[in-house]
Amino acid sequence: MFPELNNLLNTTPDRAEQGKLTLLCDAKTDGSFLVHHFLSFYLKANCKVCFVALIQSFSHYNIVGQKLGVNLTMARERGQLVFLEGLKSAVDVFFQAQEKPHPLQFLREASAGNLKPLFEFVRDALKPVDSGAAGWTYPVLLVDDLSVLLSLGLGAVAVLDFIHYCRATLCWELKGNVVVLVHDSGDVEDEENDILLNGLSHQSHLILRAEGLATGFCRDVHGQLRILWRRPSQSTSQRDQSLTYQYKIQDRSVSFFAKGMSPAVL
Amino acid sequence: MTLSEGARAGTRKLEMLDSLLALGGLVLLRDSVEWEGRSLLKALVKKSALCGEQVHILGCEVSEEEFREGFDSDINNRLVYHDFFRDPLNWSKTGEALPGGPLGALRAMCKRTDLGPVTIALDSLSWLLLHLPCATLCQTLHAVSYQDSCPPGDGSPVGKVHVLGLLHEELHGPGPMGALSSLAQTEVTLGGTMGQASARILCRRPQQHPTDQTQWFSILPDFSLHLQEGPSKEFQPQSDPHIPLVDPMAHLTFNLHLSKKEREARDSLTLPFQFSSEKQEALLRPRPSQATSHIFYEPDAYDDLDQEDPDDDLDI
Repeated sequence: MFPELNNLLNTTPDRAEQGKLTLLCDAKTDGSFLVHHFLSFYLKANCKVCFVALIQSFSHYNIVGQKLGVNLTMARERGQLVFLEGLKSAVDVFFQAQEKPHPLQFLREASAGNLKPLFEFVRDALKPVDSGAAGWTYPVLLVDDLSVLLSLGLGAVAVLDFIHYCRATLCWELKGNVVVLVHDSGDVEDEENDILLNGLSHQSHLILRAEGLATGFCRDVHGQLRILWRRPSQSTSQRDQSLTYQYKIQDRSVSFFAKGMSPAVL
Repeated sequence: MTLSEGARAGTRKLEMLDSLLALGGLVLLRDSVEWEGRSLLKALVKKSALCGEQVHILGCEVSEEEFREGFDSDINNRLVYHDFFRDPLNWSKTGEALPGGPLGALRAMCKRTDLGPVTIALDSLSWLLLHLPCATLCQTLHAVSYQDSCPPGDGSPVGKVHVLGLLHEELHGPGPMGALSSLAQTEVTLGGTMGQASARILCRRPQQHPTDQTQWFSILPDFSLHLQEGPSKEFQPQSDPHIPLVDPMAHLTFNLHLSKKEREARDSLTLPFQFSSEKQEALLRPRPSQATSHIFYEPDAYDDLDQEDPDDDLDI
């Protein structure tokens, strides 16, 4: 996790808010550093994490996780981390006979499917075990990323329904958190992606949006991060807050600074 | 604020929510990611409950606890909550889900037996529009909203039906938005600037011109509405207050201004290529013989004057 980002979000692993949906989106840049941040953040907060990783392999997240101070292999072995490696298990849909539907069963269906098997996988992974020996704090679902599900043939409404059920079960019933990444297509007109992004934005409590700089690529400033807090739970008189920072990604950390205040130009 | 302005603001305070609930029928609350509309929906629900109406909530987007949060117990007792948040698509198959889904619940409200005034809040209409065919939804909304137009045979008055629909603008194309818009008696579009929320209210009263007004407001923690004057005039976007207006001709080293005499002289000047009648006369009038013009030539000292005519060899 990146301590500077924790400061900006005013949170630490010990006192993070529960029952929240966090939306990560990126436009014209790569926002995966946010996924690595939240993965290591929640593992350090002693949460039970279900990571639906559709983009990269387990070893990729493990290598980056080690730079951030978490060991994914050990977390998986002791049962803290349930890892669905999309790239590997997608093949299992076709070549392995399963008794119950595979989480990625929609890949086999010719017509528009739904994500009920995936939701059941997540629910079974995160529901509290009756023995209660492990003692994890609260469950967290992390998805990287949802836009690829649209590319694999699902409709935006099917993905929204999946997140709806995850919110109902994880955020409301189990008081856990959900963090998802969606790419913003930006100039390219992608109606389904826009419906997904806007629909999730309306449901989210916190939106982190990583954008490339409008002027193009820069060596010292990799992009801009917009933080939008929505739906404050305490009082509605407090308007939604929005902050913007620029950032630079280094080997083991990300440094944030106010717009125009990069150390390189001061 | 002067006393009269305060009195006017006080009466206006009641007017906005009252005007939204006056007509009956469908009230569309169009919101966006930046300016959310659920708090206005809850303010209208509270107003209806305080007026003694029966209030039904079709909750699809947020949990019942979250919706009821902020209402005190006497209002909560008047709200009938139909929970479609936990299991709207019947994935859990426990049999707890309400039969027929949200559409069934909405249709059931068409056949209500008691005829008092009722308010139905749809949270949200966007959810319904994404999951149901647009035509079916519009037909059901029409049937629910216009119940009072077909009174029962015994002549007893039918109470007004208010249907409040929360609609997220960015999620739908112009077709469905247009269809819902034409069904609605009142449309409220939420927006704002500089941290202050505004509502653009479009009312279609029968046999009258539609009215369009913008109201600045904020919603207090107990979901009562507080009308505001709007951002002060200095912050109007026409002139940017941070850039002071500078006279560009202030500190020049040359004079760009004309005195009155100079201005008159300039205005009376005829341009050289302007063909006026005086010029025409001057050209047509034969010139009096003037002395032929002279050319005075002073040869330079080092000038090489060749007496020979260079054109001698030409046979002209």
